[in-house]
Amino acid sequence: MSTHAPSHEDAFEAHHGHSHGHDAGHGTLKSYATGFVLSVILTAIPFWLVMADILDSAVLTAAIIMALGAVQIVVHMIFFLHMNTRSEGGWTMMALIFTILLVAIALSGSLWVMHHLNTNMMPMSPEMMKNMP
Amino acid sequence: MTEFHTERALDEGQAPAFYLTEEHHPEGSTMLGFWLYLMSDCLIFAVLFATHAVLGRNYAAGPSPADLFDLPLVAVNTSMLLFSSITYGFAMLAMERYEKKATLTWMAVTALFGIAFVGLEFYEFAHLLHEGAGPQRSAFLSSFFTLVGTHGLHVTAGIVWMFVLMAQVAKRGLIPENKRRLMCLSMFWHFLDVVWIGVFSFVYLMGVLG
Repeated sequence: MSTHAPSHEDAFEAHHGHSHGHDAGHGTLKSYATGFVLSVILTAIPFWLVMADILDSAVLTAAIIMALGAVQIVVHMIFFLHMNTRSEGGWTMMALIFTILLVAIALSGSLWVMHHLNTNMMPMSPEMMKNMP
Repeated sequence: MTEFHTERALDEGQAPAFYLTEEHHPEGSTMLGFWLYLMSDCLIFAVLFATHAVLGRNYAAGPSPADLFDLPLVAVNTSMLLFSSITYGFAMLAMERYEKKATLTWMAVTALFGIAFVGLEFYEFAHLLHEGAGPQRSAFLSSFFTLVGTHGLHVTAGIVWMFVLMAQVAKRGLIPENKRRLMCLSMFWHFLDVVWIGVFSFVYLMGVLG
């Protein structure tokens, strides 16, 4: 079983022009530490906003939570999952983009359809509600 | 080419050995295949998130997130998963340096953080059930238990996988097969942390916000 030293792999991959899967495991202490520190900050801010009730506007707080969550997902993708456009000859990125597209359709489509379903329901009185099966 | 040792051993009249030898896989295909599995898992979670987005406000005159959720507990839970991500990173760095003992130690630390996470989740669920806020109470609680429970089930599977790999590494060392397996678990573990970002942001924080 041949085991090549990590230093050879970069030259090996550069020579072949495609990755042999080692990308997924490749991180440095610096990249993991950077990702960790950023994650701690990006986690602490939304918890602090909600728990200490900093902002008066719930809508603004919600928008900040979602924005910071999205940023943190990107941070995890880059520093922990080592996502880049080169790994597996770009196929992991293609799969990711396709998945994001499907997720966007599933989420926005569900919300859109169900919102309209709710608003177009026949009005119901409390008595009718009580007699529901 | 893989072959069962048993078969050949029986032909030669030896005691069978029940393990599988495999040739060194071309690792590119394994990692891409595992990534595709994670993306399909991502779709499962997307559907559960969509369900929670639709049903998450239907309390059926029952308790709302603000009544139920204990945010300090969720914050501790989140930090457990975050710590487990960095310690798994340390295990991967030790693996790259071919330090078997350090790899095993960091994997054990990661598993402990994972167990702490699942333990806290069990505590939370038990507390909710005790208060009569079980999955059958309202649509909100049904979707909550399904989404958070599915994530917890994934973490539990990851912990089992972690112990299996620790045994593999302890027995056979950091051979290419074990390195490949460790990298798959790395992706799985970090992916679960990514899903948890969605859970604590959307389910807990936005839920309490009302």
